[in-house]
Amino acid sequence: MLSKKQAKTFFLGGTLLFFLIFIALSVDSLSNGIPENTHPEKMSEQAKLGRYLWDKNNCMGCHTLMGEGAYYAPELTRVYSRKGPDYIRAVLTAPEGWQPRGRKMVKYDFTDEEVDALIAFFQWMNDTYLNGFPPEPMMAQPQ
Amino acid sequence: MKYRSQKVAYYFFALSMLLLILQITYGFIMAFAHMGFDGLHEWIPFNTATATHKNLLVVWILSGFMGAAYYIIPDEAERELVSVPLAKLQFWSFAIVGVIAVAGFHMGWFEGRKFLEIPRPLDYLVALNVVGFLLLILFTLLKGKKKTTTAWVLTMGLVFAALLYLPGMIYFENIAVDSFFRWWVVHLWVEGVWELIMGGILSYLLIRLTGVDREVIEKWLYVIVGLTFLSGILGTGHHYYYTGGPDYWLMIGGIFSALEPLAFLGMTAFAVQMYRKGNKKHPNKLALFWTLNTAILSFLGAGLLGLAHTLPQVNLYTHGTLVTAMHGHLAFWGAYGSLVFSIISYAMPQMTGRKIFDNKIGNFAFWTANIGILGMTTAFAAAGVSQVSLERIAGYEYMEAAKVIEPHFFVLIIAATVFTTGILLFVWNFIKFGVPSDDALQPEGDVAFQPVS
Ligand code: HEM
Ligand code: HEM
Ligand SMILES: [Fe+2]
Repeated sequence: MLSKKQAKTFFLGGTLLFFLIFIALSVDSLSNGIPENTHPEKMSEQAKLGRYLWDKNNCMGCHTLMGEGAYYAPELTRVYSRKGPDYIRAVLTAPEGWQPRGRKMVKYDFTDEEVDALIAFFQWMNDTYLNGFPPEPMMAQPQ
Repeated sequence: MKYRSQKVAYYFFALSMLLLILQITYGFIMAFAHMGFDGLHEWIPFNTATATHKNLLVVWILSGFMGAAYYIIPDEAERELVSVPLAKLQFWSFAIVGVIAVAGFHMGWFEGRKFLEIPRPLDYLVALNVVGFLLLILFTLLKGKKKTTTAWVLTMGLVFAALLYLPGMIYFENIAVDSFFRWWVVHLWVEGVWELIMGGILSYLLIRLTGVDREVIEKWLYVIVGLTFLSGILGTGHHYYYTGGPDYWLMIGGIFSALEPLAFLGMTAFAVQMYRKGNKKHPNKLALFWTLNTAILSFLGAGLLGLAHTLPQVNLYTHGTLVTAMHGHLAFWGAYGSLVFSIISYAMPQMTGRKIFDNKIGNFAFWTANIGILGMTTAFAAAGVSQVSLERIAGYEYMEAAKVIEPHFFVLIIAATVFTTGILLFVWNFIKFGVPSDDALQPEGDVAFQPVS
C-alpha cells in the first residue's frame, strides 16, 4: 500500500513538474502566441483609450468579449464587422440610452473622442484571431 | 472548542452569512432583469448587480475560509492564536474594505474584469489585509506544538491564494494578456489552490467527525491535492482556447482539464469512505451531512458539469453562454459554499456550547438549500442549451434568443426562492446559537471525538 511519505512525494513532485511546464508554456504564449494572434503593435492610441474605457465602465458586466463577461447582452468580439462603425456609434450615443427590444443598456455620456476610441478598439478586436471563435452558426454554414 | 482564541472565527462566519444574503438579493435582481423586469435599472444597472453578486460571492467564501482557519489552526497547532486583538483588527479592516468596494460598485467605481471588479487602489488594501491574516495564521502554526499535514495544506492553500491574486492587479494594455492573467487568479484559485483549502478543511472535519486515524486521512489528502495540481495547473488551458492564446492550448487544456474531475471524485470517495470506516458516534449529524454534501455536490457541479463543456469542440459553442452560468452556480455552491456551511455547522455548537446538532430547522434548511440549487442549475442548463441552439446553431441574433429563453428565468426564480428559504433557515439557526462563550471551553478538545484505527 501507498505510504504517507510516497503520497507526499507524489504531491510535491507532480506539482513542481506541472508548475514548471505551465510557466514555460505561459512564457511562450505571452511572447509568441498571443502577440501573433492579437497584434498589439496595431493598437492605435485611440484603440488603447477604447480598451481603457471598456475596462473602466465594466462593459463586461453585461456583454462578453472573446466569450468572457456576463450574458445579459451580445458578444462583441466581431461587432465591428457584424454591425459596422455607424451602428456602434448610434448605440453609444442614443440620447435615451440604447434599448434593443426593450432591454436597457446603461446611458453613457461619451464624448465624440471616446466614441471614436471605442470604435477603434472594436476594430482592433475584430482583427484578432481566436482559434475560430466566435463560430459561424452551424445551420448558416455552407453544407 | 479547546482554545479561547478560536472564538474569533465567529466574526468571520457571521460576516459570511450576511454577505451571502446580500449576494442572493443581487442574484434576484439579475434574474428578474433577464426576464424583462428591470425596474431597478436606473439605480442598479445589470453591470453593477453582476459585479456585486460575483464579488460578494468571493468575499463571503473568503470570509468563511478565514473563519475556518482561525478555528482550525489553533486546534491543530495546539496553542492559542498569537494575537486576538490583531485578528479582530484584521476582521474589521476586511469588512470595511468590503463595504467600500460594494458601495463603489454602485457609483460606477469598478473595473471590467469578471470576479476581480474591485478597483486597484482597493486591491492594495485587500492585499495588505490578507498579509496580516496570513502572518497571524503562520505564526500560530510555527509556534504551535504540532504542525500537522492538515494544517499545512490549509495554510499553504491560503498563502498561494494570496500570491496568485498579485498578477491580477496589473493593468495590461492588450486585453488578451489581461485575460491571460485574470485566469491565473480565477482558475488557479477555484481549480487549484482553493482545493487545498477545501482538502484541508474536509480533512479536519473528517478527522473530528468520523474519528478515523489521522495518518490515513492525511495520506489521502496528499493524493487528492496531488491530483488537483497534476490536472488543474495545465487545465488552465481550457480558458485559453478562444481568448487569443496559441492553438496548443486546445490539446493541452482539453486533456488536462478533462482530468480535473478526478480530484473531485477523489474528494467524494475520500469523504464517503472515511464516513463508512468511522465510528459514526459523533452527535453532530448536520455537520456530517454538510461535509458529505460538499464532497458529492462538488463532484457534480465542478467535476461533471465542468467536464460537460471543457472539451474544445464543445466549448467553441458553449463558451460565454448561460451554460457557463449553470456550471458556475453548482460548482461554487457545491465545492465552496457548502464547505463553509460544513465548518460553520461543526464549529457553532463547539463555540457556543449549545448542542443544536440535529434539529428540524437545520435539516429542512439542508434539504431546501440543496434541492433549490439543483433546480437553479437545471433552469440555467435549459436556458443555456437553448441559447446555444438558437444563437450558435440556428443563427438567431442575441436579443432574439434572449426573448425566447425568458421563461427559464421564471423557473430560475422559483428554484432560487426554494434555495433562499434554505439559506434563511440556516442563518436563523446560526443566530439561535447565540454568541461564543468561554463556558464552552473543553480542555480535552471535542469530547465526542473518539479515534478509531
Ligand atoms: C470548484 C471548482 C470550480 C468552480 C468554482 C468553477 C467555476 C467556474 C466559473 C465561475 C466559471 C466562469 C468563469 C468566467 O467566465 O469568468 C467557470 C468556467 C469554466 N469552468 Fe469551471 N469551476 C470549477 C471547476 C471546473 C472543472 C473541474 C472543470 C472541468 C472539468 C471546469 C470547466 C470550466 C470551463 C470549461 C469553463 C469555461 C466556460 C466558458 O468557456 O465560458 N470547471 N468555472
Ligand atoms: C437566489 C439565488 C441566485 C440567483 C437568482 C442567481 C442568479 C444569477 C444570475 C441571473 C447571474 C447572471 C448571469 C449572467 O451573466 O447573465 C448569476 C451569475 C453568477 N452567480 Fe448567481 N444567483 C444566485 C445565487 C448564487 C449563489 C449562491 C452562487 C454561488 C455559490 C452564485 C454564483 C454565481 C456565479 C459564479 C455567477 C457568474 C456565472 C458566470 O458568469 O458564468 N449565485 N447569478
Ligand atoms: Fe477553469
